Amino acid sequence: MRALSTFLYRRPNFYVLLLLIPPLLWFGTVYLGSLFTLLAQSMYAIDEFTAKVVYEPTLATYKQVVTQPANVDIILRTLSMAIAVTIACGLIALPIANYMVRYASARGRALLYVGVMLPMWMSYLVKVYAWRLILAKQGILSWMLDTVGLGAGLDAVLRIPGIGGPSLSSSYIGMFIVFVYMWLPFMILPLAAALEKVPESLLQASADLGARPVQTFRTVTLPLALPGLAAGSVFTFSLTLGDYIIPSVVGAPGYFIGMMVYQQQGTAGNIPLAAAFSVVPIVLIMVYLTLAKRAGAFDAL
Amino acid sequence: MTAAIEFLDVSRVYGEVHAVDRVSLTVQAGEFFAMLGPSGSGKTTCLRLIAGFETPDTGSVLLNGRDVTDDPPYARDVNTVFQDYALFPHMSVLENVAYGPRVRGQRKDDWRRRAHEMLELVQLGHFAQRRPSQLSGGQRQRVSLARALINQPRVLLLDEPLGALDLKLREEMQIELKNLQRRLGITFVFVTHDQGEALSMADRVAVFNRGRIEQLDTPRTLYTRPATAFVARFVGGANVVAGELAQRLSGRAEPFAVRAENIRLRAPAAPADANSMSCLGDVADVQYHGAMSRWQVQLESGEVFAAALPDVSSNGDFKIGARVRLEWSRADAVPLTAAE
Amino acid sequence: MRYRRRRWNEASLGARLAAYAVLAFMHLPVLVIVLYAFTTADRTYEFPPPGLTLHWFEAAFARSDIWAAMRLSLSVAAVATVFAIILGSLTALGMARGSFRGKESITVLLVLPIALPGIITGIALLAAIKSAHLDPGFWTIVAGHATFCIVIVYNNVVARLRRLPHSWIEASMDLGADGWQTFRHIVLPQTASALLAGGMLAFALSFDEIIVTLFTAGHDRTLPIWFFNELFRPRERPITNVVAVVVMIVTFVPILLAYRLTRRGSE
Repeated sequence: MRALSTFLYRRPNFYVLLLLIPPLLWFGTVYLGSLFTLLAQSMYAIDEFTAKVVYEPTLATYKQVVTQPANVDIILRTLSMAIAVTIACGLIALPIANYMVRYASARGRALLYVGVMLPMWMSYLVKVYAWRLILAKQGILSWMLDTVGLGAGLDAVLRIPGIGGPSLSSSYIGMFIVFVYMWLPFMILPLAAALEKVPESLLQASADLGARPVQTFRTVTLPLALPGLAAGSVFTFSLTLGDYIIPSVVGAPGYFIGMMVYQQQGTAGNIPLAAAFSVVPIVLIMVYLTLAKRAGAFDAL
Repeated sequence: MTAAIEFLDVSRVYGEVHAVDRVSLTVQAGEFFAMLGPSGSGKTTCLRLIAGFETPDTGSVLLNGRDVTDDPPYARDVNTVFQDYALFPHMSVLENVAYGPRVRGQRKDDWRRRAHEMLELVQLGHFAQRRPSQLSGGQRQRVSLARALINQPRVLLLDEPLGALDLKLREEMQIELKNLQRRLGITFVFVTHDQGEALSMADRVAVFNRGRIEQLDTPRTLYTRPATAFVARFVGGANVVAGELAQRLSGRAEPFAVRAENIRLRAPAAPADANSMSCLGDVADVQYHGAMSRWQVQLESGEVFAAALPDVSSNGDFKIGARVRLEWSRADAVPLTAAE
Repeated sequence: MRYRRRRWNEASLGARLAAYAVLAFMHLPVLVIVLYAFTTADRTYEFPPPGLTLHWFEAAFARSDIWAAMRLSLSVAAVATVFAIILGSLTALGMARGSFRGKESITVLLVLPIALPGIITGIALLAAIKSAHLDPGFWTIVAGHATFCIVIVYNNVVARLRRLPHSWIEASMDLGADGWQTFRHIVLPQTASALLAGGMLAFALSFDEIIVTLFTAGHDRTLPIWFFNELFRPRERPITNVVAVVVMIVTFVPILLAYRLTRRGSE
């Protein structure tokens, strides 16, 4: 035993190799292998007549994804939702993160941190379902709005094309609310971390020089918190872009990228199209990551 | 007689940096050996090479005549006291001390007994069941000593063990360590950046600079006869005279060193002595150190000399700004092999 | 009550209200679910609930299809967690220290399963399954889950390993313990809590997993899949609510425990 130990001690590289081979083997075959298969599949196409996959490399499927108006609609719809959700999360996260870091007492801050993390630990599907209940026609939200007399207002909002729908639980605005709810902790935590890094002395100096709290916030705190916002936005953007559960459960009739992927591989059996569609979020996320990196997101993570 | 430790042309290189640059040395059995130098000089790396935590890139390390260059630490008859003590927090003090015998397969009764004995030896018998986090710095250090010595190693390595202790504790531990070493008779190799510590405790000292040993001698020789400018400055802060000034004062181009205590202060007009060297300067600063005072005197040529004199009333003549004549006997000028 | 002058760096009442309002917004939905599990209404999402009862819990426990899905979820989670602990620890031990060619690439590889949207992993795995002419089933589900479970265990263990002072390992070897003994006496006791926490997180995440599982499960139904199907066929809604509460507890408790373990370990 000792001899083996000494043998490995004298050959640290071999030892590391020995340790890493099993996991790398797994990752290589299961994960990387799948990703490459996906890429490969996206370069094939479905023969329209036989509905079978033609194993010849072609860019036709990609062309289909980016040129067919219906598909472009889907992509734009998903993209705009992702951007809207990101902006909303950022706006809502700012006051609570700022409060957590600057104003809460030590105990209050601990409570708030745990309070923000708690929803992240709860089942994703259950949370989506909970919102379906809340947004349902006779659900809590309707009841609340009816009680304060805004029931008619809700109906009016639902009739607005583009954000409305048959009911709250199958409308764009309903989806929007659920998305914002889901990803809010992912925005709050990096933002709070970035805000913590802003030294108290800077804020004191700003006040000393005559700025009111709101001005200090706008000119000192906010620019310095930008990396945190950028980091959080990476989560909200990419998570919204790829999601298909929420659009299915709380969704308007319009399709989202994720739903397209899920549907194409299922009933249509059109794996190449599904694969090509799934490459779109990857590309969009990469683009977003480069932008976010410029804003300092990677320093904040 | 076989040396306890031998380095044969050992080098340890990290990328471009030669942490240890072709070092050869010999440590005799039973010696209290110190490795002295500033941070980054290679002394700690040499210690780690003895212990086996590092492997040399060239050369070989011998323990008691045997080549252990490729041997892992657990195969060497050497134990280390770490700078941060490295006590295992999830074990009691007793279990920490007994760790060596335990992993070597001794029976539980045996290692418990021996661990208790060792703790008594370092006067921590009552702390056996405590956790390291409950001990003070000095106590932790003694536990790590006990833990190392229980294995009865031929060589004990100490990596700046007194650095974290306050002055009084440090001085006490210096005496304790020296007594311990005399009593046990094993070889101690001690790493420190404190030249006073090295001089007072060691039988021989190796002065490291930039990965090489500049001088390996007894403390007295290092102090009175430094070989290089670095040693002269590092050990005792001597004045190093080089270049034009050296030429003018000694008649030869080689640099030399003069200890501050060997310099006398004279009035500028005092007559020169054939057996002495002298030069003129202005007093730039005077520091009171109790029994001695230190003068900083700046020469016209720009060099600053330090002179240390006992505190007597006649020194009042040499105030800041006064012109003085510095004088020392030719015998006190120690020739050096290199000036930086 | 006397009006107290607000200090310049104290939050206004509005700010405090806003913060706690957001917090309430984040917690209310789950409380709603719990409430609905006890409602007496059986067809609608009526609010306020007409009455409260435990009847639906009984009904849920009697349903065999729910138990089948639960069993599948538990066994998948258990197997995936075992894979994750073994392979995740090996990875962590190999990556904790030192540098070697390709280390950065491996780090990127280990981030991908979490960084890429679940749908990518899902469709990729499905594409691979179809290409290999395999049948989706228990092992394909496990394969998908184990992949990100490995990453979770790895993250936990490697963080703990990197905080372990190297001098402890050197001290252990110096005192006579070889690599294996050092692992047993020093490394393992110190990393046990991180390993446990990682395992519990992995279990919870596997149990709750739906996004990738929908692609890799074929005809099998884990509890989340059962749940997902029920959403579109409102058979007995309150039973769905009961299952929701159960799923929540089974996933929440391990995560909470893992959090407490990690906190304690870093003190």
